[in-house]
Amino acid sequence: MINRLSPFLAVMLAVGYVFLYGPIVSLIVYSFNASRLVTVWAGFSTRWYGELLHNEAIRGATLVSLEVAVSAATLALALGTLAGYALQRYRRFRGRALFGTLATAPLVMPEVITGLSLLLLFVALEQGIGWPQGRGILTIVIAHTTLGTAYVAVIVQARLAAFDRSLEEAALDLGARPMKVFFVITLPLIAPALLAGWLLAFTLSLDDLVIASFTSGPSATTLPMVIFSSIRLGVSPQINALATLFLAAVTVTVVTAGRLIGAGEARRRSGGEEAVRIEEAPIAHG
Amino acid sequence: MSDALRRRAVLALPYLWLLLFFLVPFLIVLKISLSESAVGVPPYTPLVQHGEGGWSLHASLDNYRFLLGDKLYIVAYLNALKFAAVSTIFCLLLGYPMAYGIVRAPRRARGLLLLLVILPFWTSFLIRVYAWIGLLKGNGLFNNFLLALGLIHEPLPLLNNAFSVYLGIVYSYLPFMVLPLFAALERLDLTLLEAAADLGCRPWQAFLRVTLPLSLPGIAAGSLLVFIPAVGEFVIPDLLGGPDTLMIGKVLWDDFFTNRDWPIASSVAIAMLVLLLIPMGLVRRLLQGESA
Repeated sequence: MINRLSPFLAVMLAVGYVFLYGPIVSLIVYSFNASRLVTVWAGFSTRWYGELLHNEAIRGATLVSLEVAVSAATLALALGTLAGYALQRYRRFRGRALFGTLATAPLVMPEVITGLSLLLLFVALEQGIGWPQGRGILTIVIAHTTLGTAYVAVIVQARLAAFDRSLEEAALDLGARPMKVFFVITLPLIAPALLAGWLLAFTLSLDDLVIASFTSGPSATTLPMVIFSSIRLGVSPQINALATLFLAAVTVTVVTAGRLIGAGEARRRSGGEEAVRIEEAPIAHG
Repeated sequence: MSDALRRRAVLALPYLWLLLFFLVPFLIVLKISLSESAVGVPPYTPLVQHGEGGWSLHASLDNYRFLLGDKLYIVAYLNALKFAAVSTIFCLLLGYPMAYGIVRAPRRARGLLLLLVILPFWTSFLIRVYAWIGLLKGNGLFNNFLLALGLIHEPLPLLNNAFSVYLGIVYSYLPFMVLPLFAALERLDLTLLEAAADLGCRPWQAFLRVTLPLSLPGIAAGSLLVFIPAVGEFVIPDLLGGPDTLMIGKVLWDDFFTNRDWPIASSVAIAMLVLLLIPMGLVRRLLQGESA
């Protein structure tokens, strides 16, 4: 009786999901509208998708955004994994409190502050040492890497906290070097968290308007920047079409990744059982 | 490689990166907030100047005095706090029953329900805010619907006011509230509720005296994850807001991009940061406490 969905909770769930998905559904429906007026239905049409494909500004910005997102997510994965590993495994070192703050603060820092401060850093660096020259893809990648690193670090740290270390210990006992243990045992076991972290960093970068606007220069315009200026001019059915394509891509990716991560978790669980058997074996023999 | 050396190697890269690209930038913001606006590249005066009498320090709190003296900044600050706080409460009122509902849903439905909360978080924030413009504007979906029903005779002003800003923040940040609440409620030991029922507690009493206190860490985490970014929000007040919903994040953006006054923008950033230091410290403790 205790563990049951009461009518009140069921209604609240329904309200919540209608609230979350109503606007998205309306967005998708009106992307197939023949009329230029986004809110007047004039019959089914895929006209806006055709126009979207021939929109040079959007196509160029999409390429810039993908380049930035892939680079930033990959860098963030490397840095964030190291940071998460250090935070979880090295309980004491000089500057740990500062490091912990630096690794988690970007998660909640308002974007306008992060964006402004990074831009001022880039300007000061260019004045001082001549690098980076101007602002563009490189500076956006650096900014997004900093943000992504924090997310990857938190995910990796949480994954390592729930990690069964007996496999690592067994490998060390059998004479494997620590570096080899990390690459052969630890890394494969936290692979689902790494995939989730990379995807999160990738999505954050692809989605970011504020930090990119501060840190980019005239040479690089990202997709959210194009969408933003187009929205400011008014509602456009092309944006609806773009949104629909984006949502489709995200849904497919998240569901696929969810399956992969789920499969990885299952493998990990069976791996954990093996670890238990390894631990029990000496006792049985003794 | 020795143990200590390996540790240092693992730490060095992320530590240096975060120092250079996260900590140092704030020191620069702090520095520029103490300088004066100037015409040139970059558009501010250097803090340390080399003049006839040798090196001299030119730091002033004029920018901060300006912020305190200008009603616009005070109003934008208070607005940002008000919008963020009220939206956090609405997120909690909607998010708590949702999270509790997911925990109590049949086990096989739980994964799907959770995925449906996470999915909007992965989709473009900008696009989700944009969706509301089509729904709320004068000739938008809601107004057309109400006009067609004959409930209203002229379009309601739904967009570019406080209502649409609240709606936008609650909509955008709701998943941040639901997820930590779900995590807290899922861990709840059901036998405690059974014990309460056996001892004659009514369900709502059991909720108030057992469930609610035990889910407080989730409430705190969710509220902070909504409140802090909402205070600095730029996109929502810019796209959904109007003249009377000015928030500090938008003021900072305009000072920087429109007025090109970097020192004032910097002092706005520092003032915002000082305001958020305590809630951000709480988040860090919650995050690290959970993983320890």
